[in-house]
Amino acid sequence: MNILIKNGKVIDPASNLEKDLDVLIENNIIKKISKDIKAPSDKETMLVDASDCIVLPGLIDMHVHFREPGREDIETIMGGSEVAAKSGFTTVCTMPNTIPVIDNLALVRFIIFEAERGPINVLPIANITKGALGQEITEMGELVKCGAVGFSDDGVPVMSSILMRRALEYARMINAPIITHSEDLNLSDKGIMNEGYNSVLLGLKGIPNEAEEVMIARDVILARLAKGKLHVAHVSSAGSVEIIRRAKEEGVNVTCEAAPHHFSLTDDAIKTHLSMAKMNPPLRTEKDRLAIIEGLKSGVIDAIATDHAPHLNNEKMQELEYAPFGIIGLETAVPLVITKLVNEHNFSYIEAFKKLTINPAKILNIDAGELKENKTADITIINPKKKIHIDEKFIISKCKNTPFLGQDLFGSIEYTICNGKIVFRNN
Amino acid sequence: MESLERKDLLDIESLSTEEIELICNSAKYFKDLFTRSVKTVPVLRGKTVCCLFYEPSTRTKISFELAAKRLSADLINVTVATSSVVKGESLIDTVHTLEAMKADYIVIRHAASLAPHFLSKNIKASVINAGDGFHAHPTQGLLDAYSILERKGSLQGLHIGIVGDIKHSRVARSDIWTFKKLGAKVTLCGPPTLLPDEFSIYGVDITYNLDDILPDLDAVNMLRIQKERQQGSHFPSLREYHRQFALTTERLKKCKKDIVVMHPGPMNRGIEIDDMVADSPNAIINEEVTNGVAVRMSIFYLLSGGKPLEEIDKD
Repeated sequence: MNILIKNGKVIDPASNLEKDLDVLIENNIIKKISKDIKAPSDKETMLVDASDCIVLPGLIDMHVHFREPGREDIETIMGGSEVAAKSGFTTVCTMPNTIPVIDNLALVRFIIFEAERGPINVLPIANITKGALGQEITEMGELVKCGAVGFSDDGVPVMSSILMRRALEYARMINAPIITHSEDLNLSDKGIMNEGYNSVLLGLKGIPNEAEEVMIARDVILARLAKGKLHVAHVSSAGSVEIIRRAKEEGVNVTCEAAPHHFSLTDDAIKTHLSMAKMNPPLRTEKDRLAIIEGLKSGVIDAIATDHAPHLNNEKMQELEYAPFGIIGLETAVPLVITKLVNEHNFSYIEAFKKLTINPAKILNIDAGELKENKTADITIINPKKKIHIDEKFIISKCKNTPFLGQDLFGSIEYTICNGKIVFRNN
Repeated sequence: MESLERKDLLDIESLSTEEIELICNSAKYFKDLFTRSVKTVPVLRGKTVCCLFYEPSTRTKISFELAAKRLSADLINVTVATSSVVKGESLIDTVHTLEAMKADYIVIRHAASLAPHFLSKNIKASVINAGDGFHAHPTQGLLDAYSILERKGSLQGLHIGIVGDIKHSRVARSDIWTFKKLGAKVTLCGPPTLLPDEFSIYGVDITYNLDDILPDLDAVNMLRIQKERQQGSHFPSLREYHRQFALTTERLKKCKKDIVVMHPGPMNRGIEIDDMVADSPNAIINEEVTNGVAVRMSIFYLLSGGKPLEEIDKD
């Protein structure tokens, strides 16, 4: 079947295109992008009215936790994929800190097998080290052949510098990024929120910015030494942005991502939202929040990734200290990008959505994130002016662990099209 | 101020100066009761107070129990060792169980900061914080202020020192708020590892040299030093800590004659406070224990909707 998208504003950040155009999808391919396309008479064509909407390449979230295998009671690859489709994403990368961790071929194949039944593309990130123990590197060459797109021990930093060096060196031959959770565990010292005025006030153990910054500094220095491809996950502090800016200037092969909550909230949120505002890295100060926004604007921060981390209500309904780190992020991602970056900080659509399309595609070295003729038809249609109310009804994810409940934001996902099929449609 | 219009007592930060004064004024009434042969009043008759202690405590627990009993409340004690907590029941489930049995007041002591705040958001009963993590110990802050008031008449313009492990002290945090709200000048003293710069945002002074401030102080609270902090490299040895930060007999001689010496207990005699100092007329450590019961009775009374008690009813 054909799909004809009419009356929308087509935006392709990869080619700097922003124009009122129609898009014709034939089978699973973008056949034509131009003005006033007439529906071909020889085939049944479904008409999609994209009035008031922007028509984007299917969005990519390179950092989600779908909890399968191991904690299917929290989320599954199928369930998570449906949430992603509803949120405008056609490609997500699953982090490997499952039970067991994704450190061998069978497990990478399992994720790909599970995802095939789902609505969107799920690309596994495999572990850097066997068992995520930080001691021996995984069979990266074989894992990439099976479909892994990058390597990370997300959740646990690789504390050994020699091992990080080897990983960065070895992964060069397969051109896959080493994605770091940069945190010096000795410095973060079992902290549970940002170290600063609020942690002192609340008597909670703090995680200083420096726990992240010393490790990012180490990692970019090692990437320079190893000439490897480094991607820093969830950058949260002003100092981290500055370290990465300088490394990029020096020519180190480093990219990084930031999460929507880090450009939307500060650690003040802990006072009101308690464990719903607990994540790692933690929410920082207003100065850091603005530095993340500035880093996104200037291009130091390449990608926006949600770090979508579902947790059951009974896990979060505990003393702040005992509740797990992490919040869900898929369903609030686009609304936060539109509300906080486009509306409040004057990002153009191209500037903002580059971070969710072509940039992560380049980092992951995958053929996605572009809206061009003859490309696979992965398309997201968003009404950016439409107000949405974030409540438990809006959140379809089984886990509702988000500090954004109760907020009004802008940006409604109207359609998500993946591989030529409408996988989500807003009613 | 006519009454304390709040469900919970969670911290001092959220109390107004008027509310603090109200609590102290009513505490005076209850303290005067202690001189009578019959020390109970029927203020909380028919109400159920539940003391839920997730951390060992002697004086705070007994003080709350006694306060509840002197107000004629029904009292339940839940301690970690005997409850289903050891079977792995979550805090929220435990408290919902108590609420199902119609507990009116939950007094909670917990090692995790903000645990009482978490509860207060999720249950209908009144929550009274008996100490949460490093965060707050509001009844201690109030009884410290009340004890200074008894000696000095007012806190306005007094210079009060808090000495020791400020970083890990809920007593220090609650004291700072209470003393500041009542108009005192507060100086914190301890090694930088136990006294983060961020405390200056409270509007307090910070010093690392006890001898610099002692002669100027009207009152000083000597915090208990946790010996295990030494393992975290917060200070090199108890000997050095004592030399730098203990209130010794020699140091007491350099203080104002009428300095009020406090300690939240239990004391490490010979570490943060010398024997002779702890037993000197300046020390009000035992008086504080008596006052603690009165202050907690006052809090129960006012949370139950009680009106200000200004004069003693001499019947």
